[in-house]
Amino acid sequence: MKDLLLLMVQGTYTTLRIFFLTLIFSLPLGLVVAKGRMSKNKILSEAVNIYIMIMRGTPLILQLIFVYFAPYYIFGASADRFTAVIIAYSINYAAYYAEIYRGGIQSIPEGQLEAAKVLGFTKWHTFTHITMPQVVKRIMPAMGNEVITLVKDTALAQTIGVAELFRVAQNAAAREFSTLPIFVAGVFYFVMNAVVSKSFEVIEHKLDYYR
Amino acid sequence: MAIIEVGNIRKSFSSLEVLKGISFSLNEGEVLSIIGPSGSGKSTLLRCITNLEQIDSGSIIIGGKTMVSTNSSNQAIYADKHTLATIGLKVGLVFQNFNLFPHFSVERNITEALVHVLRLSKSEAQEQAIELLQKMGLEDKIKAYPYQLSGGQQQRVSIARALALRPDVLCFDEPTSALDPELTGEILAVIKELAQEKMTMMVVTHEMAFARDISNRVIFMDQGVIVEEGTPEDVFVKTTNRRTKKFLNRFNQ
Repeated sequence: MKDLLLLMVQGTYTTLRIFFLTLIFSLPLGLVVAKGRMSKNKILSEAVNIYIMIMRGTPLILQLIFVYFAPYYIFGASADRFTAVIIAYSINYAAYYAEIYRGGIQSIPEGQLEAAKVLGFTKWHTFTHITMPQVVKRIMPAMGNEVITLVKDTALAQTIGVAELFRVAQNAAAREFSTLPIFVAGVFYFVMNAVVSKSFEVIEHKLDYYR
Repeated sequence: MAIIEVGNIRKSFSSLEVLKGISFSLNEGEVLSIIGPSGSGKSTLLRCITNLEQIDSGSIIIGGKTMVSTNSSNQAIYADKHTLATIGLKVGLVFQNFNLFPHFSVERNITEALVHVLRLSKSEAQEQAIELLQKMGLEDKIKAYPYQLSGGQQQRVSIARALALRPDVLCFDEPTSALDPELTGEILAVIKELAQEKMTMMVVTHEMAFARDISNRVIFMDQGVIVEEGTPEDVFVKTTNRRTKKFLNRFNQ
């Protein structure tokens, strides 16, 4: 049992690395994608729209396999498995985040942007100091959903052979002819997501100082 | 001296022509009210002067600087970005819906432009905010957030925010239309006080008694044209114009 837990903690470490690296890359990338989607340049916004449609319209597991194997067939070499996971997850999640950002950005009343313009703020200052702080507050509930889904989606990384938590648990289950490790893994995921939920609750509470 | 000179401006939204050749000037220390039915183009005119809308043709000169002029092929040519920014700071605008920044305290709503646009130090900006809020009778609300204030208080903060940049002219776009009759009075009193201090102002309003009371000059607009222009007495009392009479009658009923 002690060995099992040790293995699962190692698996959890991989899971958490996937989770945090994906967030670090996809959160800013999503904002860039959202800006592209809202661009007045029709070609750019349509191209970004197609990207979002592909990312949201096909299974993540398929995208993962594609990112890992496609370079092999085209260039004769693949990125290492872990890197492929981070790339696939980041571009997939960026598409979802982009649409959440877009909803948030478009919900900021036009009048505030006009007030900012009349006061002489630059577009950049308006975006970073007027729009985004309010967007963050408004998108928190939707972001919470996506981040929780990401915790669970890390389990797909095993498809291309990354030994994250769920793979470790499955291996242990096969070795010991018991489903117990799978359920222990379930508890691990639950605890991770409890932390995520609580974090979002804390942030939302901190942003409660205005309406 | 004319602070604003508007020459024959035209503005269309797709096929609808909203301003059909508007000309007027606004002199220093003058209070100009613009009245007229909804859809007459009053607010659009104000938005063109504050550069929130771009005109199709005509000219706007503010403080002697040309914001926009028209070339020989009848196209509006705007000044460069830098000039527009300089001109923009001379013209303040108070909105119907206040448009305060809800995530900023009252203080920061006022100081943000002072610090980031005029590059004042935080303490200088804060001093000015306090001074302006005292003038508005809101010094105790400096740390409050907009949602904690009444509509009238929010509008007073937005007037303070506009005044902070020390504009040469302050424009009001129906400043009391979103307020209860009770709160309307407190805003009108503030504008009246500014008028007594010889602040140059342009007020788009539906408050006829107020327009009559504070203005040096009144413009009556209808369907994108200036129908009548003159002293309050000219427009409200002595008018012989049929359209002006018809409009004013509706208010007197």
